[in-house]
Amino acid sequence: MPDLGRYALEVGFAYAATLILLLTLVGITIWRGRRVKRALQAAEGRRHG
Amino acid sequence: MTRIFLRDLRLGVRAGGGFGLGLAFFLIVVVLVPFGIGPETARLGPVAPGILWIGALLACLLSLDRVFALDREDGALDLLATAPVPLEGVALAKAAAHWITTGLPLCLAAPALAVLLALPWPGHLWLAVSLLAGTPALSLIGAFGAALTVGLRRGGLLLSLLVLPLYVPTLIFGADVARRGAEGLSPLVPLALLGAVSLGCLAILPFATSAALRVNLR
Amino acid sequence: MSFSTSFWSLANPARFMSLTARAVPILSVLAGVCLVGGLVWGFFFTPDDYRQGSTVKIIYLHVPAALMAINGWLMMLVASLIWLVRRHHVSALAARAAAPVGVTMTLIALITGAVWGQPMWGTFWAWDPRLTSFLILFLFYLGYMALWAAIDDPDTAADLTSVLCLVGSVFAILSRYAVNFWNQGLHQGASLSLDREKNVADVFYHPLLLSMAGFILLFLALVLAGTRTEIRARRLHALRLRERMA
Repeated sequence: MPDLGRYALEVGFAYAATLILLLTLVGITIWRGRRVKRALQAAEGRRHG
Repeated sequence: MTRIFLRDLRLGVRAGGGFGLGLAFFLIVVVLVPFGIGPETARLGPVAPGILWIGALLACLLSLDRVFALDREDGALDLLATAPVPLEGVALAKAAAHWITTGLPLCLAAPALAVLLALPWPGHLWLAVSLLAGTPALSLIGAFGAALTVGLRRGGLLLSLLVLPLYVPTLIFGADVARRGAEGLSPLVPLALLGAVSLGCLAILPFATSAALRVNLR
Repeated sequence: MSFSTSFWSLANPARFMSLTARAVPILSVLAGVCLVGGLVWGFFFTPDDYRQGSTVKIIYLHVPAALMAINGWLMMLVASLIWLVRRHHVSALAARAAAPVGVTMTLIALITGAVWGQPMWGTFWAWDPRLTSFLILFLFYLGYMALWAAIDDPDTAADLTSVLCLVGSVFAILSRYAVNFWNQGLHQGASLSLDREKNVADVFYHPLLLSMAGFILLFLALVLAGTRTEIRARRLHALRLRERMA
């Protein structure tokens, strides 16, 4: 762990906030992608058979 | 086009058209401000131009959802779209009528209300001038927002979310004209920019408005 | 096959799906490598700036996020134009998919900017022209996304949001200059600007480049994945309508 000096809190907060936001965004994208894909497959299944 | 303009004007002035509503709202905002920030003249004076501009902007916003919504409900908008007038002209006439019924009264009332907020003297004149130059832009932008949301049942809130960010340049230049006027500086530079914004809106936005209307009438 | 024909062939949804099915995983992995590499390099292995101390490390987040916040809007603008002119559905859906990514990038840029401003300016929020412009950009993104969400018919929504994006772009640029005028006119050079790019030494520059590449790749991967989802959602919408008719 590098020594962040007296700005440790700020720098840590900036990194933490960014990572949380990015991970949330990635998570939502993947989650919604899966959900829509499953719903579409179900709908296609109903249509064909 | 003139007919549409006059018809809208009559509808706006008639009872239930919301003609006085915007003005009353403006008055209430101005009255409420001193309650919020204190009655001292020294404190009210410097913020008066900004408060009056924001008040005018919100009062303008208040009557926007009527610009096209009523005509859509009774089918008049479909008739206008098939009329031999270009839809851009209709959009322009509508925006002009909105300006006459809300923007112009605001310009005239603002200097009087500025007295309540202890605006220093030459500021009254410049406030009126800045509103006169800026409110057409507010009406034109507002008509564009109203055209975007005309098909929605609960478009009012969305309309403010869409329109308010577009008001930023007008507000900045307009309030700056009034502030510089009140401080005794020359307000000509922001006034020229404000006029440029208004003229730019006048040139471009009727086309965007009519494009949005066409999509919504499809 | 020249570039232009291969680009326009993406307008075919089936072709877009099959191509991006391969591209998204590759892009994601590359984005992950660059991001982790750039940020770890920047966070652990760069010295502190003699003036800004360790806060200089925020640059590896702030600058790339700000870059993608603006480029995200630019991409939406181009995609909207393509939709309005050539009526390719994929394009409209790509614009829609770019908005949530762009708004997140704007938020990151704002938060990291505010956190950086606290020790440097002594306040979390200064109405610095750049920060203010980003706040306005954030509002534009919100309005754009709200309009997409509010309209049921996909084609109407695509048309209206495209028009909004065009008009919004003009006003966003106008606001940028208005904000500049507004603050400079009042306090002559009172605030420090975030303009640090000019005096960034090589030690900071290389990890910054890597981190930027990571953000760009991440943006691309997320937008493509989002577009895939939107294409599927649209097909689903159509199928459901057909089921209801039957």
